[in-house]
Amino acid sequence: MSEAVKSEYRGGIHQRQKELMMRWYDRLAESAATGRPPAVSLMISGNCVELLEAFGMVPLYPEVNALQLAIRHQSLEPILAAEEMGYAADNCAYVKADIGCYIKGLTPTGGPLPKPALVLCNFVGCNTYVKWFEHVSMMTGSPLYMLDIPFLREDEPSQEAIEYVVRQLVELASQLEKISGVKFDPERFREAVRCSAEVEGLWSEIKHLSRRHPAPFDAYFDAITLMGPLYVYRASREGVEFFQAALAELSAKVEHKQGVYDEEKFRLVMEGPPPYPYFRTFRDMFAKWKATAVASTYSTVGGLWEFGFRHDPERPFESVARHMLAQNVTNRNYLQRYEQIKRYVEEWEADGVIIHFVKSCRLFSAGQGDMRDYLTRTLGIPTLYIESDLEDPRYFSEAQIRNRIDAFFEGLEHAKATGKRQLEPLAAAASPLRVLG
Amino acid sequence: MEELLKQCEQTLNDLSFATVRDWKAKTGGKAVAYFPVYAPVELLHACEVLPVGLNGAGDNLDLQHADARFGSFICSVVKSTLEMGLTEKLGCFDGFLFSSICDSARNLCWVMKRNLPQMYLDFLHLPHNPQSRSSVDFLASEYRRLARELEKISGVRLSPERLRGAIALYNRNRALIRQLYELRTQSPHLLRTSELYLLVRAGNFLPVEEHTRMLEMAVERFPWRPGKQRDSVRVVVEGSFCEQPPLTLIRLVEEAGCYVVEDDFGLGQRWFESDVPETGDPIEQLADSYVNRSVYSSVRHDFRKPRWAGLEEKVRRTRADAVLFLIAKFCEPAYFDYVMFKQKLEQSGTPHLLMEFEEKMFTFERLRTEVETFVESLVFQ
Repeated sequence: MSEAVKSEYRGGIHQRQKELMMRWYDRLAESAATGRPPAVSLMISGNCVELLEAFGMVPLYPEVNALQLAIRHQSLEPILAAEEMGYAADNCAYVKADIGCYIKGLTPTGGPLPKPALVLCNFVGCNTYVKWFEHVSMMTGSPLYMLDIPFLREDEPSQEAIEYVVRQLVELASQLEKISGVKFDPERFREAVRCSAEVEGLWSEIKHLSRRHPAPFDAYFDAITLMGPLYVYRASREGVEFFQAALAELSAKVEHKQGVYDEEKFRLVMEGPPPYPYFRTFRDMFAKWKATAVASTYSTVGGLWEFGFRHDPERPFESVARHMLAQNVTNRNYLQRYEQIKRYVEEWEADGVIIHFVKSCRLFSAGQGDMRDYLTRTLGIPTLYIESDLEDPRYFSEAQIRNRIDAFFEGLEHAKATGKRQLEPLAAAASPLRVLG
Repeated sequence: MEELLKQCEQTLNDLSFATVRDWKAKTGGKAVAYFPVYAPVELLHACEVLPVGLNGAGDNLDLQHADARFGSFICSVVKSTLEMGLTEKLGCFDGFLFSSICDSARNLCWVMKRNLPQMYLDFLHLPHNPQSRSSVDFLASEYRRLARELEKISGVRLSPERLRGAIALYNRNRALIRQLYELRTQSPHLLRTSELYLLVRAGNFLPVEEHTRMLEMAVERFPWRPGKQRDSVRVVVEGSFCEQPPLTLIRLVEEAGCYVVEDDFGLGQRWFESDVPETGDPIEQLADSYVNRSVYSSVRHDFRKPRWAGLEEKVRRTRADAVLFLIAKFCEPAYFDYVMFKQKLEQSGTPHLLMEFEEKMFTFERLRTEVETFVESLVFQ
């Protein structure tokens, strides 16, 4: 096997994304200096950025800051500072990095970050969010609003759950009015929701492009590049323009049959967040095998749009509620995630699944051994399970992970060469979610 | 009383759930287990379903399958609960109820659902935004939904009268527990915490009427028990609201020189600060009590009353000398709260010690030394 290949796709969208994200940091710096636009701390998962856009407020995503630090190999210092303060080795390292930054006065760009006008905890499945934002509110002295989203038990949210979320969104809008000094304008909110719907349509088309052979982009590593604008700019015209350009660029690649590498040898589905402190190293481990992720669950944290959901400008509050309740991977139940992966494997025609267990995130990782059991034993899908962390560099064992990845691809390669299936699904697979045989 | 305590201990360690099986055989009724911390037991009772609070399997079960399903960094109670399911220990239960306490427990519900498809499994969303009036309405709708499911299981139709009756029974039960807790705080040499723990937790496996009779007897007899005051320091135990520490560890803390004068063991059985009102719409009263009258806990969020204020109040009320954090390994809600609790205690000059436990602990010597050293440092300071 040839050694590390790093010739993966780098296009105009990567450059444009960088510009947009720097502009976002500029806006945050402006907010820090002048208080305008007011900044609102918000979580990525199932975020309701549309409502902030309606008041001209800027979202401040601590997860984005944390991952930027990790990619730049700067996360350990704040993590250690937080641990010194009393946070446990087994607490989420995103939280520790963020809190550590407050203590040490660090920011990902070196520029200032504003004190949030509101700490808006959109509780969308992740219980750690609640603690995290409670601590942020304590440390900054900013007021906190706890937007409680009932967990999704059924295929669709109940009417009661929708009403509950809508009532809270209306309360929140009135709080945002007071904080921003801007009167709530239903038309402006509708326009934000309209932009989101357009972006979601474009994003969904992009995601469906990776069903093609070869896939024109990596739906894990490149999707992460696109996720920044998706969460910061989704409800704005700039977001629409960015995703129109991205779709055009990637569609042209499809027309020219250009993949991520000169040859697409393997197609994968990725489950779980990436190890940001070793992002490049991790990507190269797949590049070596010319393996492209054609779909990923992590890219649906902020919203799940490839199966048809769109915000609806005719029912802005209700559609924001529906998005938060049912259309993001974190608030959907665990078995719905199994089914999501199954659909990806079948409809995006993948050769296997990589499960990346991250120590920090129990929402993602608790039970992934059972998920592997379902994928391998019940469905017969080749699956690799590896462990590290999304933020803490101390949990990445490079040699071990590389060995496991190499061994996995060797097995896949052999199976492809001989035309033999590596695994046979259980006969009981007819009942889709029963495994114990 | 010693005989009674022995029986309680046997009940806690009995993974065949004889008390549940006996009750089912005698009444022909159904039983539904619930995962910590809190479950609306009154609703189950009113539908003639026996609620059974399961806090894992302790050290009574070897983990053969669950480790592989949940991997590293996940607490014992999640794994041992799954193990009970995978090894068919839960056969006497007609359902299992989970709620929104943490991410691991939530995922466990769905993993159980896949592996035990014949069992009724439900997940209650207990609201996190008590500032909004919509929380009570939403929780009432959750309870109505749950009641419809329970009615299907038992064939008994829920009526407001039945539910009010159940609320009255559990109010009485909780009042007795409060009374015993108060007795223990006042006279920890008469009723030790390791004993109180057994008396209260046994209620998880018994019909409420029977447990109430047991508590009445305890309230009557314990104050007259012979007991000698020891030279111990008074501590509040915090952090054991879900997974329970081994009984050996609780005893060890006492033997090492602590009077545990307040704790959060088996918190779900003492969930309300005052009685649930027995008038009005009982479902709404139950929901309102959860949102507005429940105890603080690391898995219940109410920014109107910070949890650290709750801990400070406990320390003050019980005249405690120190706080002992007994936290289950990998319990993220407790770890997070520890940071804020610690800060506040340091501001008020209250000594504290952190200890971690797991269901399967075999050596306690290191912890014993830690507690003894901590106690010495307090006594001789």
